[in-house]
Amino acid sequence: MEAKRVIVTVIGKDRVGIIASVAMALADNQINILDISQTILQEFFTMIMIVDISGSSLGIRELQDVLTRLGVDLGMQIQAQHEDIFRFMHRI
Amino acid sequence: MNYSADEIMQTIRMVQSENLDIRTITMGVSLRDCAHEDMAACCRKIYDKVTGKAEKLVSTGEAISREYGIPIINQRISVTPAAMVGEACDNGSFVDIARALDKAAAATGVNFIGGFTALVHKGFTKGDTRLLAAIPEAMAVTDSVCASVNIGTTKAGINMDAVARLGYIIKETAELTKERDAIGCAKLVVFCNAAEDNPFMAGAFHGPGEPETVINVGVSGPGVVLAAIRNHPEWDFSSLASIIKQTAFKVTRMGELVGREAGRRLGVPFGIVDLSLAPTPAIGDSVADILEAMGLERVGGHGTTAALAMLNDAVKKGGAMASSNVGGLSGAFIPISEDAGMIRAVEEGALGLAKLEAMTCVCSVGLDMFAVPGDTSPEVLSAIIADEAAIGMINRKTTAVRVIPVPGKKAGDYAEFGGLLGRAPVMELSPYDPGAFIRRGGRIPAPIHALTN
Repeated sequence: MEAKRVIVTVIGKDRVGIIASVAMALADNQINILDISQTILQEFFTMIMIVDISGSSLGIRELQDVLTRLGVDLGMQIQAQHEDIFRFMHRI
Repeated sequence: MNYSADEIMQTIRMVQSENLDIRTITMGVSLRDCAHEDMAACCRKIYDKVTGKAEKLVSTGEAISREYGIPIINQRISVTPAAMVGEACDNGSFVDIARALDKAAAATGVNFIGGFTALVHKGFTKGDTRLLAAIPEAMAVTDSVCASVNIGTTKAGINMDAVARLGYIIKETAELTKERDAIGCAKLVVFCNAAEDNPFMAGAFHGPGEPETVINVGVSGPGVVLAAIRNHPEWDFSSLASIIKQTAFKVTRMGELVGREAGRRLGVPFGIVDLSLAPTPAIGDSVADILEAMGLERVGGHGTTAALAMLNDAVKKGGAMASSNVGGLSGAFIPISEDAGMIRAVEEGALGLAKLEAMTCVCSVGLDMFAVPGDTSPEVLSAIIADEAAIGMINRKTTAVRVIPVPGKKAGDYAEFGGLLGRAPVMELSPYDPGAFIRRGGRIPAPIHALTN
């Protein structure tokens, strides 16, 4: 099946268990993590994931709902965006 | 990772803190098949066609906005110039067409519909004359209909009879909407060299050379360009031009993506990206702020024209690289009422109409959204239009005038429109009378460089 790649960004105050919580939510919905990076920028935790949702029963909008709810629980801002926006903007 | 963290965070920052957005997805709809000798039948056909074609426009825009995480501020419709559509009607009033368009706009959920338009640069047809006569009432009785009149081109010259008539039409429109500070005039644009594929209001219409339906996209990004310039206060002009180009490239790519995707989902060909820098009244979303960030104490002071020329050119170069289909107006907009920095410059006396006119020589689109005293004569309004049209005609570019003579108000007062239209300080005009010049009538001949064949 063709990959449907989505960029997930998680931004907020650093704490224990952020990656685990997000990874768990993705695993629960059969979403494969293709790549992951994280940094601490001016005390803010910033995590970027590239995920493939082609094997999931969730579409991008349902995934956004799931992650928004999780973000509220964690006190973080979590966004999921179609990969193309980054591809178009940053690649010629 | 395919993208660096910096790239991803840059995109997110552009949207969240620098007001990057798609200003409008505008669907162009041809109404050429809606002509009918009976006005009621014509209006029915117009309503059915617009609502049929644009039924899913708003929901599609909202879905794309959400999936890509990019705000899409407006969905709009442009239609074939109504003067052509209603030409065959031998009864009724063209105000009926405006009402039909307004109703169709409400039914589809768009906030503006453009195309209550006549192209009269060389003269008037029967339909043109009837449409012009209907503009004041049409602007007063509808909410979302936008009117435009093309009175000149580089190839045809300037129709001074139309210019003279428009002075009266603008005055009458102001009078009929005086309870709302003449807001009717904010929906009426007078063009020279009008663009047939412009997605921005109030001047959008679906030109006669356009296909059956089309999707055009207008991007916006003054805040993004402003942030890029502020980060490099020490750079020289070559480097500054370079960073503006890079920024315009990224903004335009986003427009191209959204336009293609909207076209694909709606089954409508994608037309153009208009890569204009369109300000809003929001703080930080100002073209004037960009010019000041380049090193001017206030926009309107000496140096402003040079700064704007460089900005406008760099935006075009970056945008042209980003999309194969650039069109519309494509340049920096400098409306007064919609740009907090422009308003401030007028309030402080830094920016007057003379400098504003000079600025329009080097950018799109013209004298836009500026208020003048309510007792301004129709001839003075016509003369303002003639000056601006001359700039467009000679420089082979689009110029426009959207002037608001606010009844009962004088220089220093304010006109309040709210929303994207903002508020406009009433500006002072020259006290000298151009009446005899305007009343001559006829046509200013096309300039020598129209003879290119």
